[in-house]
Amino acid sequence: MNVKTLIYSENTELSLQLLGKAIQLSGAGVSAVAVTHDQADTLVGSGAAKVYLVKDRSLDALRAGILDVVARESPDLVMVGSTKRGRELAPRVAAALNAGYSGDCFDAQQGEGGFAVKRLAYGGSSIASTIIRGKPAVISVSPRSFQKPEAQGKQGEIIELNTSTPAPRVKVLETRPKKTSDAGLESAKIIVSAGRGFKKREDLKLLEELASELGAKMGCSRPVSADLGWMDQWVGISGKKVAPRLYVACGISGTIQHAAGIRDSQIIVGVNSDEAAGIHELSDYSIVGDIYAVLPALTRALRERAK
Amino acid sequence: MGETAEGWLIQVTRIVVLVKDIPDLNDIRIDPSTRSPIVEGAKRRLNDLDKRALEAAIRMKEAGGMEVVTVSLGDERTRICVLEALAMGADAAYVIIDPALKGLDAGATSRVLEATIRKAGAFDVIVSGELSLDGMGSQVGPRVAELLGIPQVTYAKELKYEAGKYRAVRDLEDVDEVVEAEPPFLVTVVREINEPRIPSLMNIMKAKRKPTTEWNAEAIGLKADELRASIRVEVYDVKAPEVKRKRVMIKAEKVEDAVAKLVSALDAEGVLEG
Repeated sequence: MNVKTLIYSENTELSLQLLGKAIQLSGAGVSAVAVTHDQADTLVGSGAAKVYLVKDRSLDALRAGILDVVARESPDLVMVGSTKRGRELAPRVAAALNAGYSGDCFDAQQGEGGFAVKRLAYGGSSIASTIIRGKPAVISVSPRSFQKPEAQGKQGEIIELNTSTPAPRVKVLETRPKKTSDAGLESAKIIVSAGRGFKKREDLKLLEELASELGAKMGCSRPVSADLGWMDQWVGISGKKVAPRLYVACGISGTIQHAAGIRDSQIIVGVNSDEAAGIHELSDYSIVGDIYAVLPALTRALRERAK
Repeated sequence: MGETAEGWLIQVTRIVVLVKDIPDLNDIRIDPSTRSPIVEGAKRRLNDLDKRALEAAIRMKEAGGMEVVTVSLGDERTRICVLEALAMGADAAYVIIDPALKGLDAGATSRVLEATIRKAGAFDVIVSGELSLDGMGSQVGPRVAELLGIPQVTYAKELKYEAGKYRAVRDLEDVDEVVEAEPPFLVTVVREINEPRIPSLMNIMKAKRKPTTEWNAEAIGLKADELRASIRVEVYDVKAPEVKRKRVMIKAEKVEDAVAKLVSALDAEGVLEG
């Protein structure tokens, strides 16, 4: 049985990743919604059979456009890229269609009686395997979940949509570009992080010295920030999700909450005096030792190495 | 009471806050044999972002004199969790408790919330958290807005009522978007919006005397079996991801030796440069 898919993301790179997956699921019969001529050309050139162009990027226009295309193509699966704009659009489309929806999926397969998707639950500590029944199933897909298709140079069709949309009911007064400093921990290459192993606030200077030697940003576990108020931002489920090249957890026990926040790190180092602490399981390299002895020694060793 | 431009006396406007109780994530452990989270027995708490939604509503009430009510679908435990919302400053709570509605998916849940909101009466604004940390579906807000046919303002990190107007700042990836919305509309909030207040002991005592309305499916005009039949999404397995780490435990008599081994390992990984 060949499934029909409809894909959409305002982000062309992400729309190509969706297209790659859609071709895998549907073969040649993929429809897409695009927001620019360039994007429509790219999608057609990469294997989409029909690309519907909606030139108004407002939520209401895209909602109406996608519903229009769903009525024309009756897809089995609607895939929307999981950007913030995509994540507010997709459930709205699903509600209008009385359809099932799962957000931020990173895997999708045709399963028995529906689409089987995988996504995070419980603050990112767990993976929920989920089945969506009924037609269509609507999902949003996290970036980098799927591979782009090989460039095919095949010619599909571009159709300009003129779906009527009501006047916007929310007035945009101003858009302000983000300050880059907002990025902070999420974009840091190296992070050193403090846990309850630090007995006094003043002792954080051991972490500061290590951070300065490594050129690292500083983070902490939830209790150090939320309970003790020693630092602003914590790393974990309810705090920041980080993906540095190197993450050094100092005096952190390694709860599932913290684990979910550091999972995408390339290399994790744990320093904890408790041999049974969960952080050792979560680490690539770990030292069972007192942070009050290990951190100064590590800072000295790095300083020596730099010479 | 307020007065319109035409001089008509009108009912005090109302802000509806969608609040959900979820298991406390700090109480969830992973069963090492099955890798599944053990949720049973975890304390129930209001979803953090819903508390922030409520805080935003209470601050608008302080500026504009509206009434703030909460709407929840839940069970016996929800009744207790909602007391915290009342203690924070909500004026009244609506709780849907019906054993026949256990295990609904987000689509069916949204229909219950829609019917409850309609039955509870006219409103200006609906506020909810952008996400609840248990299911992380991030869909009930937009679904409820769609079902009610009202616009949505998602990811608000600021929300104000000033001089008769509602303004929000939306936290998007590339930009912050300043918007103005005419009621009725729905707004979802992100973590940055505020720090929810901690209720005083006196307000905790008072909360028990605030009106709480409990309805079942029939009371809001819905049929439980029809809602159950509309379930489209089913979670069939929940597991912690396998941790694929090297787990090299460095042991040495002297701290200097352990540290030297670590530095040379990190050097070999190439994660220290640049």
